[in-house]
Order: sequence, then C-alpha cells, then structure tokens
Amino acid sequence: MNHTPAYLIFFAALFTNNILLSNFLGMCHWLACTRNMLSATGLGMAMTIVTGLTTVLNYVIYYNILIPLRLEYLMFLMFIAVIAAFVQLAEMIVERFNAKLYYSLGIFLPLMVVNCTIMGAALFMVVRHYSFMQTVGWGFGAGGGWMLSAVLMAALRKKAGYSNPPKAFAGAGIVMIIAGFMAMAFMGFAGMVAIE
Amino acid sequence: MIYIYATSVFVGMMVFLTALLLVAERYLANYGICKVDINAGQRSFDVEGGMTLLSCLIEQKIFIPSACGGHGTCGFCKVTVISGGGPVLPTETTFLTRTEQRANLRLACQVKVKQELHMKIPEEMLNVKLFSASVQSVKTLTHDIKEIRFSIIEPSEISQRPGQYVQIKVPTPDGPVFRAYSISSPSFDKKHVELNVRLMPQGLGSTYLHSLKENDSVEFTGPYGEFRLSEEPETEIICVGGGCGMAPMKNIIYSLYEKWPQRSCWLFFGCRTNQDVFYFNEFLELAKKHPTLKVMYALSDPVKDGELWSGERGFVHLSVDKHLAQNVKRQAFLCGPPPMIEAVTRVLLEKGVTPADIFYDKF
Repeated sequence: MNHTPAYLIFFAALFTNNILLSNFLGMCHWLACTRNMLSATGLGMAMTIVTGLTTVLNYVIYYNILIPLRLEYLMFLMFIAVIAAFVQLAEMIVERFNAKLYYSLGIFLPLMVVNCTIMGAALFMVVRHYSFMQTVGWGFGAGGGWMLSAVLMAALRKKAGYSNPPKAFAGAGIVMIIAGFMAMAFMGFAGMVAIE
Repeated sequence: MIYIYATSVFVGMMVFLTALLLVAERYLANYGICKVDINAGQRSFDVEGGMTLLSCLIEQKIFIPSACGGHGTCGFCKVTVISGGGPVLPTETTFLTRTEQRANLRLACQVKVKQELHMKIPEEMLNVKLFSASVQSVKTLTHDIKEIRFSIIEPSEISQRPGQYVQIKVPTPDGPVFRAYSISSPSFDKKHVELNVRLMPQGLGSTYLHSLKENDSVEFTGPYGEFRLSEEPETEIICVGGGCGMAPMKNIIYSLYEKWPQRSCWLFFGCRTNQDVFYFNEFLELAKKHPTLKVMYALSDPVKDGELWSGERGFVHLSVDKHLAQNVKRQAFLCGPPPMIEAVTRVLLEKGVTPADIFYDKF
C-alpha cells in the first residue's frame, strides 16, 4: 500500500509519470488527433473525463462487487464494458454540444473504447493497490496527462508545419522524432514521486 | 454457485450500463420536433430532430440533386441554410469554397436538423418529382453509347426544358445512389424520357443503364437544371458537343424547331473517328426541313485511307472558329470534356459572345 497523498498522485500522473510519455499508452490516438489544436484539446477533454470517471467507477466495481464475490477474473470484462458505455456517453455529449468537434474527430471518438490509456489507468489502479481518493487523483491525472501531452504535441506539430525539416523527415518522420524528444524530456522527471 | 454469481453480476452490470445509455440518449440525442422552413414560408414542415436535412427533404418529397446517397462524397446537395444549420463541418469544407461558405451554402446530407431551420432552394426544385417508368427501347448508337428510351408511368407526364437532366436511381448493394443524365428527348414529348449513355466500365450508373432491357422498370427524379433557352427568335443558338455530350443538344435542337421553325442554329459535334459518329443522318434530315440549321461534325483523328468523310476535320473548336461570324447575338450551350469546353469558350469569347450567354456541362 502506498501512502502518497491523492493530490500528489494527481500531479505525478500529469508530469512525472505521464501515462503517455512514460508508459507509452494511447499512442495511436495521440498521433492521429494532434494534427490540429481543436481535436487535440477536444479529445483530450473527452479522455480526461472518460478516464477519470471509468477509473473511479471501476474502483467501486472492483472493490465492492468483484472482490467480495471472488470474481476478480471478471475484471477485464467489466472494465471494458464500463469503458465502452462511457465512451458512448461521451460521444453523445460531444455530438450534442459540439458538432464541429464531433465531425473533426470522426472515427477516433468511438475508437476511444480501445484506447490503452483508459484501460491502462484502471489496471494500474488495481496493481498499485490505490485507495479511493488516490484512485480519483490517479484517474483524472492520467487522463489530464494524456491531454497535456496531446496539447503539447499539437502545438509542436503546428510549429513543425511552418518549418522546413529535411525532406526525408517531413510529415510522420518528424512527428516521431518530436515524440521521442518529448518522452526523453519527461523521463527526466521519472522517479521524483513514488506512485507505486 | 460461483457461476450464478458471475453471470448475474455480469448481466446486472450490462443492464445498468444499458439503462444509463438509454437515459442519456433520451435526454441528449432527443431534439424533439423541429420546424424546417423553405424560401421564407413557401413551404414549411415539422420533422423529427436529429435527422439529416437531405433525408428530411426526401421524406417531404423534395428531391434536390444528390448522387452519392447522402455519404458526403459527391457535393451535389448544396442548399442555402440561412439559420439553424450549426457550424460548417470538416466533412463539408472539401466541397464548399470560401465564397460559398460565406453565402451560407451547406451540404444537405451533412447538416443535421437540431433546431428550427430556415433554408433556401431554387423554386424549381420544389417541382422536382419522382418518376417511375419502363424501358420502351434500347438502341445501340456506337460501340459504347446506347440510346435508352423510357415511357413514363407515374406521374403520367414530365414537363422539362431543353438542357435539363434527370437523376436515375441506381440500385447498389449499399442502397440506392443517383446518377445524373441529360434528357435527349425534346421537351414537347411529355410521355417519354430518352437518354444517351456512354458505358464506363467501372461506372455504377452507366453499367446499370446498359444492362437494362425492354420493359424493365426504372425510377428517376427530375427535371433539374437552370438552363433556359433564349426566347428571342433573333438570338442564334450554338450547340457544341463532344463524345457523348449529344443528349442536351438533341433536346435543344428538336425543341427549338418545334417552336421556331425559322430560327438560326449551329450544331458542332466533335468525335474521334468515324465509328463515334451518331445521329448525323437524323440531323441532316432535319436540316433539309429547316435550312437555318447548320450541322457540323468534326473528326479529330486522321481519317484512314479508304474511309469516306466529307465533314469537318480536326478539333471541334477549330471548326467553331472557322464557321461563325463575328458579333452576332448568340446563346451557346456546350457539353463535353473539360479541355473541349475551355477551348470552345475561348473561341466564342473571341467571337463576341458574352460569358453570361455561354452555358456548359463539363464531364
């Protein structure tokens, strides 16, 4: 059992243990949706809400239903079902309130069901034996961390769009190089906060 | 016992999540009944909110041009949405220029009706109908062009203007799509619609139409098109066609001589070889009756040895240049491949035809 306070876990998930840049989870959405700022922030917000809510709900399900009934092996099935339902919910909300974002995300919005960040956050919550408050911090922190790196990436990609990288690196190449640098920069923080 | 627990927990969870989604859908995806208003009160109706504008219009039997079946890939279903359409979506920007976006043009298949919506469409589109018809005859004109004649069943008559077109409903495994074809039968023949169809090996519309046999039934919507033949008898009519761009010309010329037997008209038609020539004798026959009709067919490929050809040679715009005098009041209708249209437009402008009097159909 770790005794790091919930708020520290939240900030650790944002900066020192960014789920995307230190665990490399949720890369496909990250690369696909950072072409412009609108979809990066939009999907980032959807990710934060979905990751936060599903991790908390999954905590409740895991510790209050699955453990007492000794049904831990149903964990994966349950988590995925909860995530799928919440992604559907997020899709409805985005379609209702921001049609432009809905169409600019296109297939990537429903594809959040298979985004590794969300499932990864729930599974880390289990293996690290977080308490309820720690789970709240961790869930929203992991989603927020994903959003943070997506926004940073969108900004860098916009800048890369105005510059002239060597021809062989243009497009996807330079994006991968930027991603590598970002991961290295965030790696410098790793281990500052004990979150495990 | 453990299995019962597992199953009931899982089922219970699923029921809970489904209920959650149903409740959310009830409140989030429910837009209630929305009002759609066309041309400031000319036509208005209520629809279930959340549908696309195109499907609302089709439900109300208002057929605007649309070829792809509402997938947002053809860009034909442009309408003016004055208010209530929401922001322009990324799926539309490929089909709308900045000027069009400023003029509130939208793709009807992408706009969803979520609130009271005011829109504008050309008045004629309100008169477009869905016709059912049967194939009366199929005639082979050249190696790849067929003349297909429909007799109209329901509604019993079509009133079209020369130069207009219909959209044929083409059944596909993914639902019907529509393909546009110019009407080649003259406008006074209200019981029939005739098309000239060139077979495109991969084309949905032309392969379907070429597969039709006598008495097959078809459906189409129409007539569409803004072109209006000049009503002044002194205005000379110039028709320039290429490839299979004959259909509207035939309609224009036959309709013209029905109404004004003395009117001056030139038909220029460009073909590659002798094998691509069709309707030549019919037009010569008509020109005997009406000496004011001048028929010029031009072959762009060199005529082979031993072949007989007394008509024009070279590209069609060259014969337009050769035969037309300067500064006569004219109206021109062009139909054919884009390079031909561009070349002929250049020649006509040099001859003093104003851009407003040149109409064209590129394909």
